[in-house]
Amino acid sequence: MHHPTGADGDTRRWHLDHIAWDRLVRQLMTDVDEVIGPVMRSGVVRLRRLTDVGDLAIGVVDAQDAGSYRATGSSMPTRFDHGPGPDSLKAIVHPAETPVWTIRRRDGELRVEPAPPDTTTRAVIGVRDCDLRALQVLERTQTSGPHPDASFAARRDGFVIVAVDCTRPAATCFCTSTGGGPAASTGFDIALTELADDADVHYVARAGSARGAELLDLVANRADPAVVARADIAVASAADVMVRTLPDHARTIVDVPDHARWAEVAERCLACGNCTAVCPTCFCTDLVDEVSLDGETSTRRRTWDTCFSEQYSALGGEPYRRSTASRYRQWLTHKLGTWWDQFDESGCVGCGRCITWCPVGIDLTDEVAALLQPEAVAP
Amino acid sequence: MRIGDRRPAIDWPTAIEQGAPPTLAVWKFASCDGCQLTILDCEDQLLAIADRVRIAYFPEATSGSVDGPYDISLVEGSITTPGDRERIAEIRQASRLLVTIGACATAGGIQALRNGADIEEFTSIVYAQPSYIDVLADSTPISDHVTVDLELRGCPIDPGQLVGVLAALLNRHLVRPPTTSVCVECKATGAACVLVASATPCLGPITQGGCGALCPGFDRGCYGCFGPKEHPNVTGLRRQFAAIGVDDDATDRLLSTFNVAAFADAEQAGGSEP
Ligand code: SF4
Ligand code: SF4
Ligand code: SF4
Ligand code: SF4
Repeated sequence: MHHPTGADGDTRRWHLDHIAWDRLVRQLMTDVDEVIGPVMRSGVVRLRRLTDVGDLAIGVVDAQDAGSYRATGSSMPTRFDHGPGPDSLKAIVHPAETPVWTIRRRDGELRVEPAPPDTTTRAVIGVRDCDLRALQVLERTQTSGPHPDASFAARRDGFVIVAVDCTRPAATCFCTSTGGGPAASTGFDIALTELADDADVHYVARAGSARGAELLDLVANRADPAVVARADIAVASAADVMVRTLPDHARTIVDVPDHARWAEVAERCLACGNCTAVCPTCFCTDLVDEVSLDGETSTRRRTWDTCFSEQYSALGGEPYRRSTASRYRQWLTHKLGTWWDQFDESGCVGCGRCITWCPVGIDLTDEVAALLQPEAVAP
Repeated sequence: MRIGDRRPAIDWPTAIEQGAPPTLAVWKFASCDGCQLTILDCEDQLLAIADRVRIAYFPEATSGSVDGPYDISLVEGSITTPGDRERIAEIRQASRLLVTIGACATAGGIQALRNGADIEEFTSIVYAQPSYIDVLADSTPISDHVTVDLELRGCPIDPGQLVGVLAALLNRHLVRPPTTSVCVECKATGAACVLVASATPCLGPITQGGCGALCPGFDRGCYGCFGPKEHPNVTGLRRQFAAIGVDDDATDRLLSTFNVAAFADAEQAGGSEP
């Protein structure tokens, strides 16, 4: 059996009962400006800023399927017994709206004032392995090229990540077939396994960084080997329950640009852009300029864009991806195929968000399976 | 309007160059006045607007009127009488830029629910002297009668969008109302998806953004008051509504409430493929 470890093979494990748990969250609240974690809003588990330990969603389980999400209460006071909600770390490090600059007219001259970097320090609680990997994917898209995105780097800096192993993946999850999960693997400060014995919810923790180890030493004691073994079993068995898969050769969909399935999925696709918005690695943006009524100031914002918008492909006078088929194809072939050419990896971490939050339940794993089938030849 | 949009180029008010305030006129046709009230609702921005333009005709705010020509005409309401038809032609003649505001002006409005019904029967039931009523068979959008330079959608319009568009027009700035869905704004504002999370019928995926996902922000489905987005896949959404138990009649009622036949026309035109 695979035993999850912390950084550099650190095999130390800590144990957190509810008192240690509260201590950990309070400690984070004093250490950083904003602590963000899963809370309930309008019947959905969202990542939101906590004002108190008690804000965290407690006793919530969810049922997710293509185009459907339901969160319900459970009798157990668990904090992480649900799948990923619609928000990923993207909404924090690469938010829907980023100020870029303000231009002011002063004495007949234009003065450009760049927006100051966001220096807020943040901790995020309850990050899953798919999102840990998505953060690295996003880091590559935003900072590895010749023009690194300074606003991303500023927000990413000083991030404290408390990850959680998935013991009950959503039905839409397929991270194991994209090379990750269900245990938190990389890029965390602390990783937790949640264990529930009737009303007693407790955690086994490992450290992924010196900071994480320090925090754990401060709030918790070492775990005893029996409880560690239980935690490892709970995580390992989660991998077996995943129903959806993405085949290893998914990237070869770039070779079938004329497959009839593209036109067929376009009959169902609403080109609404929900999939790109919830995807933790979709990074495309637009720039929006707004002028004041008196014409003295103009502000520029960077906003999320989506390749499902026709105007997204407007170049040299005309959009060149007129049909929904061409836009869906652009999205899926980039995510799974040409992403490799650009960044030497896949853009999909298997979080399943695009499946759950597609209002018509289009499932990329189904689409890939169909696209990899040779087309039936007309008799 | 984005680069790439083949709409007529904007004929900027020359007053801007001459340093004189452009004239702004607001015209009313068949409507509830809600869009004009939205202008008055812009409160703190209203004085800034009044600073930049000479308000020439604004029945909701002042009783005086000024003869044309007008640099910018905002037109509220739909065309429902023969008199309307003549008046809109005169306004077009007298206006450099004509901007329609709201669902009535851009699509015919709620009053167009009467389209296709028997007008004589209605008037005989409602009015004591039906012979005084001189009305066209259909309530039609302004663009059925004259060239429209720019459309602001919504029932009513969004105050932020109105101020943004006026600021852009007054400063020769690019005007770019959204062409994407309300869903894009749900995700940007953090509204939970009511269609996915509670099987509430929502027209957001086929409706043009611009309202900031107002209704989903209050856990309500979108009523489609901003009208169809670019190439809306109406049939695709209808299928999903059927899957959550909304039958075709209910879907048709939802589609026709604020923008009359606009969604139905788009559905007939073939949805997602232009
Ligand atoms: S493509 Fe879908 S499953 Fe893959 S990372 Fe994006 S949202 Fe998650
Ligand atoms: S795949 Fe689904 S979520 Fe994505 S654009 Fe199409 S309908 Fe919207
Ligand atoms: S609530 Fe409606 S508008 Fe918002 S994402 Fe869902 S379907 Fe789209
Ligand atoms: S959500 Fe829909 S109905 Fe509500 S204001 Fe916006 S466009 Fe109108």
